[in-house]
Amino acid sequence: MSDFTGNFWSVYVAGITLAGIIGCLVLLWLTARKKVASTTDNTTGHVWDEDLTEMNNPMPRWWMWLFVLTVIFSLLYLVAYPGLGTYQGKLDWSSKSEYEKEVKRANEALAPLYAQFTARKAEEVAGDPQAMAIGERLFMNNCAQCHGSDARGSKGFPNLADGDWLHGGSPAKIAESIKAGRVGVMPPMAAAVGGSDDVKNVAHYVLSLSNSPHDSLRAQLGKSKFGACAACHGADGKGNAALGAPNLADDTWLHGWGEQAIVNIVTSGKTNSMPAQEGKLTDAQIHVLASYVWGLSNKPAQAKP
Amino acid sequence: MSQKVIPIQPIPPSGEPPQTQSLYEAQKKIYPRSVSGLFARWRWVFVWLTQLVFYGLPWLPWATEAGARQAVLFDLAARRFYLFGYVLYPQDFIYLTALLVISALSLFLFTAVAGRLWCGFTCPQTVYTEIFLWIERKVEGDRQRRMKLDAGGFSAAKLGKKSLKHFLWIALALWTGFTFVGYFTPVRELGSEMLAGRMGSWEVFWVLFYGFATYGNAGFLREQVCKYMCPYARFQAAMFDKDTLIVSYDAGRGEPRGSRGRQADFAAQGLGSCVDCTLCVQVCPTGIDIRQGLQYECISCAACVDVCDSVMDKMNYPRGLIRFTTQNALNGQGAGRDVLRTILRPRVLVYTTILAALSLGLAIHLATRTPLKVDVIRDRAALSRIVAGGKLENVYRLQLMNATEETQHYRIGAEGLAGLELASDGEVSIGPAEARWVAVRVQIPYGSAAPGSHTIHFTVESRGGDAHVREKSVFLVPR
Repeated sequence: MSDFTGNFWSVYVAGITLAGIIGCLVLLWLTARKKVASTTDNTTGHVWDEDLTEMNNPMPRWWMWLFVLTVIFSLLYLVAYPGLGTYQGKLDWSSKSEYEKEVKRANEALAPLYAQFTARKAEEVAGDPQAMAIGERLFMNNCAQCHGSDARGSKGFPNLADGDWLHGGSPAKIAESIKAGRVGVMPPMAAAVGGSDDVKNVAHYVLSLSNSPHDSLRAQLGKSKFGACAACHGADGKGNAALGAPNLADDTWLHGWGEQAIVNIVTSGKTNSMPAQEGKLTDAQIHVLASYVWGLSNKPAQAKP
Repeated sequence: MSQKVIPIQPIPPSGEPPQTQSLYEAQKKIYPRSVSGLFARWRWVFVWLTQLVFYGLPWLPWATEAGARQAVLFDLAARRFYLFGYVLYPQDFIYLTALLVISALSLFLFTAVAGRLWCGFTCPQTVYTEIFLWIERKVEGDRQRRMKLDAGGFSAAKLGKKSLKHFLWIALALWTGFTFVGYFTPVRELGSEMLAGRMGSWEVFWVLFYGFATYGNAGFLREQVCKYMCPYARFQAAMFDKDTLIVSYDAGRGEPRGSRGRQADFAAQGLGSCVDCTLCVQVCPTGIDIRQGLQYECISCAACVDVCDSVMDKMNYPRGLIRFTTQNALNGQGAGRDVLRTILRPRVLVYTTILAALSLGLAIHLATRTPLKVDVIRDRAALSRIVAGGKLENVYRLQLMNATEETQHYRIGAEGLAGLELASDGEVSIGPAEARWVAVRVQIPYGSAAPGSHTIHFTVESRGGDAHVREKSVFLVPR
């Protein structure tokens, strides 16, 4: 706190806290004794609703000691835990270290469960209902935000439930993508292709590769300009998993379908990134998650008990 | 001892100068004398009834298709509440709400008619105090002997008696704590875990905590809970009126009180029926003198009624100097015979009507309950997308909650837009008492609906057809 406010506010907060506690004690002391009119029948002398009288019954004394105990407790608490401005407390407790401790404890507790999965190949793990239930929860918590809860993605976010893979669909490649993340870069290619008319022609050629509706005349003209794209997407436009270059000859359109979408991406380029999950997920969790994702589009091997 | 005291009379301050006095005073220990009689027997009936239910219920098995389970189990970890034939989800908390409202109204009704009978006969505080007092009496003897024992100095006999008493108290308290935890975690497993010495730390905590609370409340705090902590004691007066049954001393008959010979003609001595034996004060568990009139500490346990009746019998006087009666009857209005007028008051009728309506509503709702719950949540990532075949697709997550204990096969459908159809598998099997999220994709032909949000409905039907749920959601069409 004092990093940006100086020491004043720390002292101010600590002062209010301590003054409040001392104030409680003083209040208790001052109100524990009271002047009452003495009556012979142990009533306070108040009468209302004709005949209701108030008895003068003091509270039990242990009740007062409970108040004192709470004050002592609060002081001990403030010594042990951070509560007085920037003072860290004798136990050196912090919510961050507590969280990390809990994550560590949970991972240790789950280690034997995960051990039975890491010992097996991903193709087998994908056939294990228990592993898939765990994988589904991991997916929902870590992946569904981008790839959708049915893993079918949306514009700009790859569909993980089809057979089409930018970086390869083997369990090892999937695990690699999860672990280190991926960056897909399509540079702006308008200058390399030519004028805006050439870009349009190339777009129609690309559409023709997958037999999508296109202008065949423009496609003919665009074919000769496709050379600039072939370096990454291959001469036949079937892409290159090693570079993460998409296959243009199928009908998967990550960044939108149709002439305008293709013109846009050729003109402006696009950098797409999948963040690395290493550090957030353990290796065992990544193994189960990769098996789950692989299982979405592949028929898993029969799990051996 | 013919001092004249008239109950419930405004007494002005004596005019002496005010004195300084502590607001906190060391508590005087109350040694209730044991009592026998009609109401004492009733109290023991209720002690047995309530404790048979409390200690016995967790051990009751319930047969299901998947095997026997505990009939009443509130499985907090799995968030399933098993009540005999019912499997309840946290979403069913409305039933608990209804139950609590019904309980509160029953208490109001009961209090309006018969005062604090709850306090004197079935309140756990009273019941456990009664059991603990019984143990204390068995070990240390009745009132006089207990007072003598506490007043006397240290001796081996005292140590032995006190140790035995606390040992029995703690054993019973721990068993109570164990039973309490048995409602939330299967009690038989808990028992075998305890015998093997590997109970979970939270279970140990709650057994000890609940045990400690029982030991402290029933062994030490006793009447102080009723006097200083119980909120009901504070507002029950709002439900009282002059036709409410209260434990009351008939001052008109009893005063002036005074001791006399058994054969003496007390009327000739100018005395009332009260022999001033103070037994009614000695038996009172909250330490009040009922002859001073109705006080908020009175829990209507009727111990004073029992003991006074026994004295009246000995004296050959008619019973009922202290009795359950109403203020109006005491004042000679209705003379206590007009029971109908006592019961059929607007307050009682209103409570009864609301209570009956609520109970009936709850019963009907429970009986016609659909054993399936569905929550629909739109996918949070993709609002809407175009997929192969020129279709517009929305993704939803449906949580299907099977509230039966058999595996159920459900068919999911969607309706509400032209051409609306499910793209994913609409057949789902859900295990007994299982809840599962299912991703559902719904499509319409591209351009078949105007841009914007459209209301659609999901239908989920069990294969047997005994469960049918319709849930609303929206389908988004982008511009």
